[in-house]
Amino acid sequence: MGPFLLEASLFALHSLSVPALFLLFKYVPMYGVILAFKDYRFIDGIFGSPWAGWENFRTLVEGRDFPRAFRNTVIISLYKLIFGFPAPIILALLLNELRVILFKRIVQTLSYLPHFLSWVVLAGVFMELFSPTRGIVNYIITAMGGEAIFFFGDKDWFRTLLVSTDVWKSVGWGSIIYLAALSSVDTSLYEAAVVDGANRWKQMVHITLPALIPVTTIMFIFAVGGVITDDFDQVFNFYNPAVYEVADVLSTYTYRVGISEMEYGLATASGLFTNVIALILIVSANFIVRRYSEYGIW
Amino acid sequence: MSLTAGKPSAGERIFDIFNVLFLTAFAVTTVYPFINVLVVSFSTPAAANVYGIKLWPKDITLEAYRSVFANEYIWIGYANTLFRTVIGTFLNVAFTVLCAYPLAKKYLPNRDLYTLIIIFTMFFSGGLIPNYLLIKELGLLNSRWSLILPGLIAPFTMIIVRNYFMSLPSEVEESAKIDGANDIRILTSIVLPVSLPIVATISLWYAVSHWNAWFDSLLYITDPEKTVLGNVLRKIVIEGSSQFQNFETARPGEGNTVTPDIIKAATIMVATIPILCVYPFIQKYFVKGIMIGSLKG
Repeated sequence: MGPFLLEASLFALHSLSVPALFLLFKYVPMYGVILAFKDYRFIDGIFGSPWAGWENFRTLVEGRDFPRAFRNTVIISLYKLIFGFPAPIILALLLNELRVILFKRIVQTLSYLPHFLSWVVLAGVFMELFSPTRGIVNYIITAMGGEAIFFFGDKDWFRTLLVSTDVWKSVGWGSIIYLAALSSVDTSLYEAAVVDGANRWKQMVHITLPALIPVTTIMFIFAVGGVITDDFDQVFNFYNPAVYEVADVLSTYTYRVGISEMEYGLATASGLFTNVIALILIVSANFIVRRYSEYGIW
Repeated sequence: MSLTAGKPSAGERIFDIFNVLFLTAFAVTTVYPFINVLVVSFSTPAAANVYGIKLWPKDITLEAYRSVFANEYIWIGYANTLFRTVIGTFLNVAFTVLCAYPLAKKYLPNRDLYTLIIIFTMFFSGGLIPNYLLIKELGLLNSRWSLILPGLIAPFTMIIVRNYFMSLPSEVEESAKIDGANDIRILTSIVLPVSLPIVATISLWYAVSHWNAWFDSLLYITDPEKTVLGNVLRKIVIEGSSQFQNFETARPGEGNTVTPDIIKAATIMVATIPILCVYPFIQKYFVKGIMIGSLKG
């Protein structure tokens, strides 16, 4: 068996899986983005439909719903960044201070639970929990003298609902990477600090937090890079026409225009717009991370 | 973990107490929602509508579960989800390994190009409509394969497996090659046996994502007989669609024994119990996977 044959058989093995699958299911649809520049007509199909230039994009930008979806996407993402980004770091720090390892492990395991469930299940669960007539959340609010809130149908509260449930779902899972960083801190640093008379607060400020800076920086850059990427699964299962004004995001807008209204040209344009911005953001984020550290996602 | 020399100070002790209390409260918020739904699912309408904390059903009734199990779409959904989870996961793992193994070999021609072609799909896609039209043109609408084939190889997972293969020593493989074993043989009898941990991990990743998937079914499947569990759940719980609800609610003359809300709760529990039961045992594989992935993605 010479190296040539060896290479040849590997190559054969490879050519079974990679080109067929990725070319067919990923790159053919990428070519399909030409629909964004066409006036799609069902009888003519993708290739037969006439070119429309930037007409679809103009319709989107000048319309009411697309700019609204863009605005909602960015606002919801920023809220999720502000509240959802620090949450797993704080959880990791608190877990790290626990003395009883069994308790720590139980809290950790429970905190992973929501990660394993889909937003379909969680939407159903939260509809029960936030119900204005039976839910425990409104029970607490009214017990404290407040008025019951219809969270799923109230424009003033819907984003709060989205952001808080998202933080709840992702905080435990998100803390893993920070706990990993904490577990790699050299314990002799703490021992030396104790000898020098540092209390636990000082140890956290001077040893634990600095240990988290590299991973936090990287996670933050990627989080900023993902600001245009909304969570279709969550919004689609939570929202309803009463809250479209504050809840409709780019992916749900694209879905409705494309699948419900069958405006293929418009929906492809909307998807392409989102994907191009997302690509630019994530590539920039990766570039920045690579520039200043040895990490990066590729 | 920070340390304390000798006796902890009063401040440190107060912090410890508050920390434990806070984390206990947090743990309760992760579990309570499911207890609440579980309690509602076993309740009579009167008990379910009581405003307040629900830790234990007052008058236990199985009426809602009787309705849920009598709904054939729940069983159809289970069967379809089981199908895609078992067959889909098997094919996912097989193709991911077949894709990753050659890419782990430095002497594969155009290795970097292949890797780039695959990784690029993580960051850019044609979008919803072109994907939908492709499935339509391929004649896969209303086919169970539309739920399996498009995501056969998850790029990120593939890269993790490739990195694992690259970390294996090459000497054994080379000597097997000299003894005349071919690539497939080496992969199945030498490489895979030592890669069982990573294969187990990615199998669980794929399996959980198949179990939870619903959107592809919503897009590509209109035949109720082929709808997956997540989507049946969605239709019942979120859309309140009548098509999937052949429940026997409010039989005339017998009074209101069960309400749609209680049936929704029971449906959620029926769909969620399997994952609630297995996740404590599989979560450590997921955690391990994050560690592997974050080393060098």
